[in-house]
Amino acid sequence: MTLRECYEAMGADYDGVMGRLRSERMVQKFALKFLADPSYELLTSSMAAENYEEAFRAAHTIKGVCQNLGFTALMSSSSRLTEALRSGVTPEAPALAKEVAADYERTAAALKELQASVG
Amino acid sequence: MGRGSKNPCILIADDSEMNRSILEDMLGDEYDIIEVEDGEQAVEAIRRHKAELSLILLDIVMPRMDGFGVLAQMNDNHWIEDIPVIMISAESNPGNIERAYELGATDFISRPFDALIVHHRVVNTILLYTKQKKLIDLVADQIYEKELSSTLMIDILSHIVEFRNGESGLHVRHVNILTEMFLRHLSSHTEHYRFSQSEISLISTASALHDIGKIAIREEILNKPGRLTTEEFEEMKKHSAIGAQMLKELPIHQEEPLVKVAYEICRWHHERYDGRGYPDGLKGDEIPIAAQIVALADVYDALTSERVYKPAFSHEKAVEMISEGQCGAFNPLLITCLQALSGSIQKELRNDTPARAQQREMRNIAEELLRHKELTASERTLQLLEHERMKYNFFASLTDEIQFEYTVAPAMVTLSAQGASQLNLPEIIMDPLHNQAATALMDEKEQADLSQALRDTTPEHPIVRYDCRITFQGERRWTRIIARATWSQDEPPQYLGAIGKAIDIHDSHVKLSKLEQMASHDRLTGLLNHATAREQIEARMEARPHNQFALALLDLDHFKSANDTYGHAFGDQVLIHMAEALQQSVRIGDIAARIGGDEFLIFLEYSQDVEPVIQRIYSAINGGQYENFRISVSMGVSCSQEAGNDYTALFNMADHALYAVKRAGRGQYRFYNSRMDKVLSAITPIDGEKKTPAGEAGDEGGSKV
Repeated sequence: MTLRECYEAMGADYDGVMGRLRSERMVQKFALKFLADPSYELLTSSMAAENYEEAFRAAHTIKGVCQNLGFTALMSSSSRLTEALRSGVTPEAPALAKEVAADYERTAAALKELQASVG
Repeated sequence: MGRGSKNPCILIADDSEMNRSILEDMLGDEYDIIEVEDGEQAVEAIRRHKAELSLILLDIVMPRMDGFGVLAQMNDNHWIEDIPVIMISAESNPGNIERAYELGATDFISRPFDALIVHHRVVNTILLYTKQKKLIDLVADQIYEKELSSTLMIDILSHIVEFRNGESGLHVRHVNILTEMFLRHLSSHTEHYRFSQSEISLISTASALHDIGKIAIREEILNKPGRLTTEEFEEMKKHSAIGAQMLKELPIHQEEPLVKVAYEICRWHHERYDGRGYPDGLKGDEIPIAAQIVALADVYDALTSERVYKPAFSHEKAVEMISEGQCGAFNPLLITCLQALSGSIQKELRNDTPARAQQREMRNIAEELLRHKELTASERTLQLLEHERMKYNFFASLTDEIQFEYTVAPAMVTLSAQGASQLNLPEIIMDPLHNQAATALMDEKEQADLSQALRDTTPEHPIVRYDCRITFQGERRWTRIIARATWSQDEPPQYLGAIGKAIDIHDSHVKLSKLEQMASHDRLTGLLNHATAREQIEARMEARPHNQFALALLDLDHFKSANDTYGHAFGDQVLIHMAEALQQSVRIGDIAARIGGDEFLIFLEYSQDVEPVIQRIYSAINGGQYENFRISVSMGVSCSQEAGNDYTALFNMADHALYAVKRAGRGQYRFYNSRMDKVLSAITPIDGEKKTPAGEAGDEGGSKV
């Protein structure tokens, strides 16, 4: 699997990120690092513990990282979740958290496949 | 962190490790990178590395302290003036951007990062700041250079003259110091003369040139060991006019203040106040003050130095000779000035070293810098504030009090250094109401009360005193907080926060509450005394008028014989034992008191049937044994149902019931009923209470039966 194929599989913007970061080595390095980023776990655990302040920061971090890496799909759902948590929890937050979970799974699956093929 | 130590250093504050790595990847080749993951770490890193930091890349949303918090701290500590900050955030909210700029951020980079843009912004910002810093250094250097080169030239020139005169080499230096001393003294001690710092420095610098005219005098005359002939003296006298002439004929710099003052000094430093000097015979204040002063300094130093034609006189002798008019005639004001400075002149001349000369120079440079036009009103205000802050810090350091300042927006507490170290907290606490370490100091309710009390003040009466407990190093101590609420000038005024101090009053508070305890409790048993019990019971019934209450009076049977048989000390032990048993048998909230020798009182609330409660208490205290003494208790009980919520009625009914028990053979309890009304009282009256006929029977009434 190439980096471009991986980006396509997770609904991400390959051309955009290459335009900004300019080096495939760098993009690939950080895209793979995303798997180790603790923010998603922090988001799920703080949502479960109803610590919405922490959840807001976690969603915000995911959004920021996705923005940088051009993970468009996950960026979009985490961005909406961020807004839903910005001033405390709102009714739509749980559904948005589910959306984020789905997008995250899809992103993570593609990245794992990429990792397997580059060794 | 960085690889080479020569690279400029950048601090990256971002809570996402990923984002930090991306930036590190983009910038790490050219810069040393310090990474931190929240605002508090950022502040700490800035504190530690501020001298090396060339730039800060700062995220907005971070745990513990956000980017705005970091900017606020950088403002408070004036770091923002030296270290540029580029904000990084996914936030594109214009309010945030504006706020960041207002707080002094230099630039803004929004996510997603574009490698080129990040790189350019960082490079440009660092270059800009470096240039600015270099310019500031350059200006300072130039001022220093200018001052240095002009004093240098004067030094060289005056030493040439001295060398030719065969003088010690210190004469010019001494005249310079004395001139400056006289000028300062005249400025501060007389109404007549006021010299600014620049005038003082100008005149004392020019004083070095007073004898340049001697260059034109023949060496035989200048250095003649014996007395000069009249002709020789006439020739010597020309040096003042010649020196002045030389300055007047300078092709350039005629308008320089230094040259003008030097001219006055050269020409007239041998005039006399009585008009008998040379070259012009000027009299009194016709002689410019600069020349008068240099003349005095010149004469004093000549007298106290050794010359080819005379030995050195002592300081005292020189002052005496000048004061008596043996060495010329001077302005009486200057004579007074010389005498007043008499103590310090010798010390100043002796202590004059190159280092001190340097110091003087630095002071002049500093003052010149202050005169610069760039110094705007706001910088002046800042200096005044800085001065106030210094004063405040100084006084704060002298006391043990904890001083604090609280502002509502931004929510922040600033503690005095002393206070912070006592409380083991940082000096600046952001968002104190949500800071765990800060909220742990005080009880939540007390915190809310204090806050409310401050908000309830008015600009006319802004002061609040509040006593509460504060945790000092793990110990809760009574503390008095005296605070002044700050209100804005708006109409209506807005509450802005408060300033104040906290004083440890723990020891006196504990002493006071001990005294209170002593006044309200029975010394022997520690139970309440009768008067206090009565107050509490009345308060209780008044507060809850619809509840049911019972009052029991107890008496130890045969207590008198215990006293008689085993002694009073044993009797006291029995009473203490009884009090403990009583205390244990009642519930929290019930009232137990000792109201007389061996008489006790219990007051309790009940909801349904009081009989089982009384039964339980009675069996808990009756029938035990204290050493050889069998505890037997008589008890009379009354209820508010019959007596109403009236203490005296309750008490009297219980008293009647107790008396009935005693008559019936002791060792039991009874509830009051109306047939008991006829009987006498069993109880000694409370001190100060009017004795009732029943009361007169007293304790003895019981034991008679």
